Amino acid sequence: MLKNIKKHITGALMIGLVAGIFGMTAAKAAVPESKDPIKIVMIGYSGDNIIMYIYGELIKTLGYNVEYTPADYIGQFTGMGEGDLHIGSPGWDTTAKAAMKEAFSTGDVLNMGKIGIAVNEDWWYPLYVKDVCPGLPDWKALLEPDCVKALSIVETEPKARFLSGPLEWGGTDPERIAAMGLDFEVINAGSDGALSADLVAAIKRKQPIVAWSWEPYWIPALYPGEFVVWPEYEDACYDDASWGMNPDMTHDCGRPNGQMWKSAWAGGEAIWPKAYDVWLKFNLTAKIAGDLVYESDVDGMDTKAVAEKWIAENKATWEPWLK
Amino acid sequence: MATIKVWFEQTPLRPKVSTLMIFVSVLVAILIKHQPQLLSWAINYPKSWIIPFSKELSIFIKWLLKEADLGFFTFKELTRAFGSMLDAPTLFLKSLLVTGFKFENDVEILLQIPPLSWLGVTVILVMLGSKLGNRKLTAFILLSFLYVAFIGLWESTMLTLASIIVAVLFGIILGVLLGVAAFKSAVMDRILTPTFDFMQTMPVFAYLVPALMMFGYGPAAAMMVTLIYAMPPMARVTKLSLMQVNNETVDFGRMAGCSAKQLTWKVMIPSIRPRLMVGVNQVIMLTLNMVIIASLIGAGGLGFDVWASLKSLRIGQGAEAGIAITLVAIVLDRISQEYASRRTVHIDHIPSFYEKYRLLILIALIAIGTTLLGQWYPVISQVPDDWTFSTGKFWDNIIDWININGYVYIDAFRRFFFIYLLKPSKAFMLGLPWLGTVFVIAAIGYHLGGLRLAFLSAVLISFIAAVGLWEKAMISVYLVGVCVFLASAIGIPIGIISAQNERVYRVVQVIIDTLQTLPSFVYLIPVIMLFGIGEFSAMVAVVMYAVVPAIRYTTHGIRQVPDHFIEASRAMGCTRLQILKRVQLPLALPDIMLGVNQTLMMGLSMLVITALVGTRDLGQETLIALSKVDPGRGITAGICVAFIAITADRLINAWATKHKKELGLDA
Repeated sequence: MLKNIKKHITGALMIGLVAGIFGMTAAKAAVPESKDPIKIVMIGYSGDNIIMYIYGELIKTLGYNVEYTPADYIGQFTGMGEGDLHIGSPGWDTTAKAAMKEAFSTGDVLNMGKIGIAVNEDWWYPLYVKDVCPGLPDWKALLEPDCVKALSIVETEPKARFLSGPLEWGGTDPERIAAMGLDFEVINAGSDGALSADLVAAIKRKQPIVAWSWEPYWIPALYPGEFVVWPEYEDACYDDASWGMNPDMTHDCGRPNGQMWKSAWAGGEAIWPKAYDVWLKFNLTAKIAGDLVYESDVDGMDTKAVAEKWIAENKATWEPWLK
Repeated sequence: MATIKVWFEQTPLRPKVSTLMIFVSVLVAILIKHQPQLLSWAINYPKSWIIPFSKELSIFIKWLLKEADLGFFTFKELTRAFGSMLDAPTLFLKSLLVTGFKFENDVEILLQIPPLSWLGVTVILVMLGSKLGNRKLTAFILLSFLYVAFIGLWESTMLTLASIIVAVLFGIILGVLLGVAAFKSAVMDRILTPTFDFMQTMPVFAYLVPALMMFGYGPAAAMMVTLIYAMPPMARVTKLSLMQVNNETVDFGRMAGCSAKQLTWKVMIPSIRPRLMVGVNQVIMLTLNMVIIASLIGAGGLGFDVWASLKSLRIGQGAEAGIAITLVAIVLDRISQEYASRRTVHIDHIPSFYEKYRLLILIALIAIGTTLLGQWYPVISQVPDDWTFSTGKFWDNIIDWININGYVYIDAFRRFFFIYLLKPSKAFMLGLPWLGTVFVIAAIGYHLGGLRLAFLSAVLISFIAAVGLWEKAMISVYLVGVCVFLASAIGIPIGIISAQNERVYRVVQVIIDTLQTLPSFVYLIPVIMLFGIGEFSAMVAVVMYAVVPAIRYTTHGIRQVPDHFIEASRAMGCTRLQILKRVQLPLALPDIMLGVNQTLMMGLSMLVITALVGTRDLGQETLIALSKVDPGRGITAGICVAFIAITADRLINAWATKHKKELGLDA
């Protein structure tokens, strides 16, 4: 509250006239407690956008002013820490763990709990790769020399290429490759856009490829394929070298499953308590999310329209959140 | 290559000290390479020598932004206040063009004013175009705005327009002020020139985190980042033009009894107005170059459309939005150019209120009228969805077709380049001992510009090793080096041809203008789809962007060779080829080298883009810093890029000056 008022005062001093438009924060208890716009982060991915639109459109019905603000996936945590962004786009365990940990530890960003969608991220291949690497999805198929040869490109010869995401996503592929004795070299894409561009182009020309992918996401939704099956993950696998098939190394197993986390600017709880309460209760299942992504990416529906349609059809699900 | 050849041609009999020095340092470098156990510290910079520069810097920045107290307010409050000042005009324009105005208290909406309609904005701009008296411009504005309206990008375009108009205006004003300051005070000049070098060569991602911390997510941070990148050319042009104002103008001003202030603002600045337009053009182009990155930190608009479409590989949609950006850039540029070249009309009577403000009144009437009409006829305020069309599928299909049918050839091509060019040059650069490299560069510096240049380049290059980024820097240099080589190999011949042939010239101009304003993201994703992730894709993208100055400067250099030189050589019986080889090219060489210099600068500025493909260079370092919210790390990598750029720039410029002198041209 204090922070907010301070902001207003500074603003008013500097721009006098325009400040009138913002208005002062009201101390009323009725919903909405404040007409200040709640800034909701949009990172530009269909799945995440739909989730944020559902939340945004719901609190609009309570009378809140909502501003959908485009922002960077990782950068949003800085923005929320400073109070410039208010409701965060879901943070994935697999790609934003470090950034979330840092943000939550400052106390400026609140962890608002799980959305309820388990995310799966691992090595993925389009179905036709089975022709050159028979035995998939079992990981042992990747040990075969013919398979390695089919998957190699000029930059990695004679090794096979594993196309991974950006280095800063913190994949542990080199460790796993070493531990499992695979003849693979990791090529990191510099951005998610580059990763999907290479992967989709390879799929379209039916070039054998094994790449990093995740669910819920439009590529596995659009193109038939499977995740490689590894020995099941246990915490001991990453901490204890003696665990698993390789007695001398860690990481000889699959990836831990992750969650999608809700986050929000800590200072906003006092300004819009009801809206924060709704965000705290907000949850969706993986099945629902998958269907929504499908509607937008495969059927080509606008993400906002997908969200509005879901709201219209699922009153029973969201009504309890608003109570 | 050309450089080395020239040295040897010019100093065949009396090898200078500096030439000897280069030889010695090359020998030393070879020695170090072959006697590694002797001088291992000179090959790989020892880990224990690395200065924890980036760590300290991070701690400092975090302290500055979280705790620093300036007495009455904290540093953060100061930057925030400044930020909201920058925000205000953008917010106003945004309300005017996109969201409308809304006045409300906690209970009810008091007053709501809708935004300007698409029809109104288009009519007003077309009117402005025709008022400036150019039919071609008018037609161009009309077509551009119809394009964005009917391709369904109206709202995004207005958002972009709102934010860039303010950024461009700030850039111009700030640029002129700093330019004047640099012109008037030698001390300021000495501070500002290297500062501008930094601002222009540091990759944007390097200072994105501090900018976000200072100004918060939103238009202000986006504008600051844009200003850092787009303002320096304005200041440089202002300073240079002021230096070239002829004495007569100044004397006349003095005689008329101008004060120093009047002399600057009423006499000198107006007299250089046409030259200042070069700076304005640069500010507009560079501002639009930044819209994509600005959109990532809260500016929204067309940049976000490009980004979001390309993320989902909707290339066609991305291209449509990219073209809209290019069109906005050209429209803004042409309007400002026309406005500047307009002559002042002298009227011999005092104009009545109506006469004076006729245009403004008309604009206001159209704005209000169309907005009001839009309330009854929605078609006027917004283009209905089913009127819009998209060419997206068409472009997607083209890329798919090439991908499926042409891949065999593309792959062979890529293989060839990788094995014979990329792999060996990378191995070469990574094998260079750092100390030997520093020596060789210092020796070249000494040869070209004396002790000072030698010292400067040695210090700058050593810094890179000292902060522990030598290997990433070498990958950057290798990548940019290969790209500069290819861009010159492609660009210089094209430049030569288009200098000789008017028809080719016109076609080439259109192509390079487009390449320069189209955001590189638009072609980055298709390039990756065709060439895969790796240095090859990065190379293609960099060359496409960096080839522009190589072509431009070559054409310019050859065209400005005085006619009488060519006539004289023709009279002496030279063939066309001989004229080109013996007269035009040698005389144009300094210009061509400046073009190569610009190619290098553009290549370095593209490191951000190559990092998005996935190269392990300094650009990647800034990207990682961004995701780890580590301001020091990003800035350190940025400084290294800037140092490489500054060193290269100083060396090439020193060479060009020296060479011009030797040719007897004005230096």
